Parts: sequence; structure tokens; C-alpha cells
Amino acid sequence: MPQFYGTHVESPLMLGTAQYPSPAIMAEAFRASGAGIATVSLRREGGQGQDFHALIKGLGVPVLPNTAGCHSVREAVTTAQMARELFDTPWIKLEVIRDDDTLCPDVIALVEAAKILADDGFQVFPYCTEDLSVCGRLLDAGCEVLMPWGAPIGSGRGLNNPYGLRSLRAHFPDVPLVVDAGIGLPSHAAQAMELGFDAVLLNTAVAKAGDPVAMARAMALAIEAGQLAHAANPIEARDMAAPSTPLFGMAVLG
Amino acid sequence: MKITLNGVPRDLNGPTVQQALTEIGLGQAKVATALNGDFLPAGIRTTTTLKDGDALEVVAPMQGG
Repeated sequence: MPQFYGTHVESPLMLGTAQYPSPAIMAEAFRASGAGIATVSLRREGGQGQDFHALIKGLGVPVLPNTAGCHSVREAVTTAQMARELFDTPWIKLEVIRDDDTLCPDVIALVEAAKILADDGFQVFPYCTEDLSVCGRLLDAGCEVLMPWGAPIGSGRGLNNPYGLRSLRAHFPDVPLVVDAGIGLPSHAAQAMELGFDAVLLNTAVAKAGDPVAMARAMALAIEAGQLAHAANPIEARDMAAPSTPLFGMAVLG
Repeated sequence: MKITLNGVPRDLNGPTVQQALTEIGLGQAKVATALNGDFLPAGIRTTTTLKDGDALEVVAPMQGG
């Protein structure tokens, strides 16, 4: 099971709390999947925040607040500071967005914000690209976990760059790695775990499925399967066939 | 005083941030605050006074991915 900043997490599935048909279905999706972390956000209090806080505490899993929607270092840092006080946790899922069509991280601002927050005692979970240089800079800034995107948030496209993610895994063998965003199907989540990632963070694929509870369970099973497969040392793909049934002893019939 | 509360112009008595929160029914609520873009820790809301033109953000836990 993954360990982030010294904290052991019960499941490699990290699940978002947004977009469910109802709070009850969200809670049931968490129960059905055994998700190890719940991601949350901060928004202007319009009267619903207090009930939501009680609901989240009732899930009984560690909370990872995000800085979703922030476009500048200042916004992200202030949001992180408010989140730390509100949720009483040093954990922050750091998002600094550059482009609204792709929700592509602004990796330059991300590194800057990560440094400020890490120096201030935060334990930063940066939502980043799979770029090796950027990831190296984030580690230099004090991050001890990396969360590259699989594909743009909410797109459900799966892993756009398996090569890049595999390369990242090989480059930073001891850093906890999470595929964050872009997962649409359980097979995508399984693929991330087969690549040797430590966890998968997803939201839309479960919350917007026709049956979110069943999909949450399917994701958890796929993640477990992928994790087992990675540990089992999969065979290498090859171009030519290799018969699995022995040729020796075959009857001569023609 | 005339401030902007969560993006909306409001005329509140205050003068402290904590009194302003009580005025809008959030005196006891689990919220975090930022004043003019900077984090305002809960511990100094009672000693921080508002002035005309201030922008106060009051946020709460919400759904997120």
C-alpha cells in the first residue's frame, strides 16, 4: 500500500468527492471501493459547506484538499493556507492551471508554489505533467510525491503517454508516483498500476458513471489487479508468435 | 463599512472580521478567510479590523477532485 510523507494509506485508490448524483451515493462509492484518500476543495461558503464537512469526516479516510481552479502562485498559496487551517492537515494537492481547455498545469508556477509551500511545512502533492525535468524540479522544491496527469482532467482518455509515465517510474524508482486525472475506465487504472505507479487518483470516471458505486468497485478491483500484475513481473511483449503448447510429442498426422 | 464579501458588495458594521462573520451568520461556522488576497488565520479574526474597500473571502469545505 502507498505511503505518502510517512503516512501509510489503506488503498492505492484516491477518490474525488465531486459530481456525484447525491451525497449518499458518494459515501456508498467510498465504502464500495475502500478508497484510501478523499480529495476535497474550498469554495465560497454558500450554506452547504458545513454539512459537507460532516459528510467528509464520516468517510473515515484521510482528506487531501486541492487548489483546483487556481491560476497563479499567490492564489494557490493562499488557498493552501486556508485548506491547512480548515482541514487541519499539512497535505495539499497543488494545482496551478495554465490553460482552461486542457487544464494543463502551469509547471513553472507549480514549481514556484511548491517551493513556497514546502518551505512553510506543507506536504505537497503536485498535479503535474510527466515531464522528467519538471518532476525533478518539484522534488528539488521539496515534494516527496509526484502526481502526473494521465490525460486532461475529466477527459476519460486514459494514459496519453504510457512511455513518459514508464520513463518517470524508471527515473524516480523511490518516489511515490500517482496518476492523477484522465482515467475513464478500470483498464486505464490497471495500466497505471501495471507501470508500477503507487496509486491512482480519479473522480469523474466514477462520479459520472451510470452506476457510480459499481464503477468505484470496478476501479478498486482493477487497481488491485494492476498492482498484483506489476509485482508478478509481466512478460515482455514481442513481435512474433511463440507457441505456448509444446511441439515435442505432437502426432504426425499428415 | 463597504466591503466586498465573496465577490459581492456588502455594507457591514464590523469592525472586526470576526464580528463581520457573526453578522452574516457564520460566527461559529467552520470557514477559512482571506483578506485582500492574503490568508487571514482564524486566530487573528477578532483583532483584525475591516476598512472600506476591503475584499474578504470566506470559504468552506466543498466537493473536489
